[in-house]
Amino acid sequence: MKMTGAQILVETLIEQGVDTVFGFPGGMVVDIYDKLYDKQDKIKHILTAHEEGAVHAADGYARSTGKTGVVIATSGPGATNLVTGIATAYLDSIPLVAITGNVRNSMIGRDSFQEIDITGITLPITKHNFFVHKVSKLADVVRKAFEIAQSGRPGPVLIDIPKDVQEAVFDFRKKPVERPASLPCCDAKDVEKAVQLIKESKRPYIYFGGGAVRTELGEDIVKLADKLDAVIGCSMMGLSEIPSDSPRFLGMQGMHGRYASSVALAKADLIIALGVRFSDRATGKTEKFSLSAAKIHVDCDRAEIGKNVPVDLGVCCDIKDFVKCLTKAAPQRKNTEWIKKVEQLRKREADAYEGLPFLPRDAINIISDTVKPDTRLVTDVGQHQCWTAQFFRFRKKRTWITSGGLGTMGFGLGAAIGSYMGTGKRSVLITGDGSFGMCLNELATAVTYNVPVTIVIFNNHALGMVRQWQKIFFDGRYSNTSLDRKTDFVKLAQAFGAKGYKAADKESFEEVFKKAYKVNGPVIIDLSVKTDSLVLPMLKPGGTFNNLILRREDISDAEK
Amino acid sequence: MQKNKIIIAIYVDNQYGVLSRVTAMFTRRGYNIDSLTVGETESPEYSRITITLTAEKNDKDQVVSQLRKLYNVKKVVVLSSEECIKRELLLIKVRNTEEAHSDIVEATNIFRTKIIDFTDEAISIEATGDSQKIDAFIEYMKKFDIIEMCRTGLVALDRGGTNIWSEHED
Repeated sequence: MKMTGAQILVETLIEQGVDTVFGFPGGMVVDIYDKLYDKQDKIKHILTAHEEGAVHAADGYARSTGKTGVVIATSGPGATNLVTGIATAYLDSIPLVAITGNVRNSMIGRDSFQEIDITGITLPITKHNFFVHKVSKLADVVRKAFEIAQSGRPGPVLIDIPKDVQEAVFDFRKKPVERPASLPCCDAKDVEKAVQLIKESKRPYIYFGGGAVRTELGEDIVKLADKLDAVIGCSMMGLSEIPSDSPRFLGMQGMHGRYASSVALAKADLIIALGVRFSDRATGKTEKFSLSAAKIHVDCDRAEIGKNVPVDLGVCCDIKDFVKCLTKAAPQRKNTEWIKKVEQLRKREADAYEGLPFLPRDAINIISDTVKPDTRLVTDVGQHQCWTAQFFRFRKKRTWITSGGLGTMGFGLGAAIGSYMGTGKRSVLITGDGSFGMCLNELATAVTYNVPVTIVIFNNHALGMVRQWQKIFFDGRYSNTSLDRKTDFVKLAQAFGAKGYKAADKESFEEVFKKAYKVNGPVIIDLSVKTDSLVLPMLKPGGTFNNLILRREDISDAEK
Repeated sequence: MQKNKIIIAIYVDNQYGVLSRVTAMFTRRGYNIDSLTVGETESPEYSRITITLTAEKNDKDQVVSQLRKLYNVKKVVVLSSEECIKRELLLIKVRNTEEAHSDIVEATNIFRTKIIDFTDEAISIEATGDSQKIDAFIEYMKKFDIIEMCRTGLVALDRGGTNIWSEHED
């Protein structure tokens, strides 16, 4: 059937199963918006306040559903406003298709109004990107983009479509959606080698990340751990894949990870890493990272194997298949000493928190106790993010939405909106006064679409994470981290058409949160947090997990 | 760890923008390209890029794996320095003077290079060979007055009947 490029784009999106897109219109996508207008019954378009909000929303949609998020923006500033969000998705391997308009082919390269080389700009932060020269290529480019975004290690793909291509007419024929090629099954030899390493080990630790979330590996990991008598920990991206109260699970490991999880990883003699990439935030100084441990690394991306940490066995295959084969082939192990040792670490961790006054941790506990298991926990970036990662008790998969790799402040509100659009589930956004200030304009979107999101602002009147570094490593010289703002978040909420509350202690927070959580729409809770609250444990830069800072008292006098 | 000279042959889609995707990967990951050549191949839909770099084994593996992830890259092969034929082309122009004249001609003969332009002011020479020969020739020519020179970077093929699609060890 003869159609314009804009129509072909919309039809191909429908063909690919897209039901929701996020975006913001503009001159060079006006044709696309015109065709979306005709298909409102098939594709719901969520209009955000800013393109950055739209791309974070598409990302949040993808994270909470596993489907590909789609965002549309116009040329020039519309396209550049996507950059942070595309990079966020790239660093966390989130499937995303970003569609931008551009000036006509004949105007390209002339510095025309709102012309920008967005494929050039996004080259290092996309899995691949396309500039569509001809309408004849458009449908297949869109199909390819979805395939690339979802296949292997997922990631963002950008399609830049000049206006004349959107207007040009071509024949469109629907095609069946091609499923991305599956990864190869595991090799028996690799399994055999892994079994050998397991037999030689007495202190096994299974370490997983975002790749395990992607492949829904949780139950398989627990089964493997039972067979190996191993403990389990994860990177920030792995959270929520297995329930936090799973007996062998020690929680997030890393720079601000749980004490027992981080120290156990450092003391292990065998690390089985599944869909995790040994980021510097997880390993500390890579040269000193768990030197005594044998390492098995299984990932869908061959380039990750040996990239940051040398491994004894690197396997690039279908992770689930490998874990299942390994569980079958491995002998039943008993590591009583190891499990006992880990219990001691857990005890030390618990003791460190005893008897402290009302802390962010208590607020997270109240939230944990109140919310339904399928509530999405969304965060921005900073201290509040680490506290949530440490203490929230996850019960369901894909309920943790955070910017792990890029660490994008301002990610949360957009992501919460996208997450709700994808799942229809309520979310809690835990944020800080610094992060929230970055993209709070999306409160307008949350109100417009009546998104049930409880926004808890951990308000310490500071950029807490940087301040923490300044306190410990820069002699308390708080350069530009004190937020002496007069923002009244309750009034701000009201101005946007949302509800706002304040809380300052355990009792008031518990009462307010329970109330706010029931509201069918966005609510802000401005929770006062002490300015000098610290995220602990903390790994010193260049340090190892054997000298973690666990308690405030552990900060040496010189560093106080 | 020991650094070695590595020759990587890459088959890519013969489309605009592909070269910058390949080189951007090197920039992004912090690897330095020593030389790069690119041109059409026996099949018009592909171009062949030959890159040389100096790297440790880990870096080599990383470069190859990262290149293989690029959508427009169809094949990446590390050519073994001993098992491949490799050539570079040099054009070099030196000042022609009465005193230097016969020494220059003699040098071109000894290095088995070719004079391709000869005027009262200058002698232009074409040299082909592996990079070491080219280096040695340039070094020798430095005793004359070099006006300008230009070298292509390495091109290389497997010895024998195999091609880039044949089995290679990484």
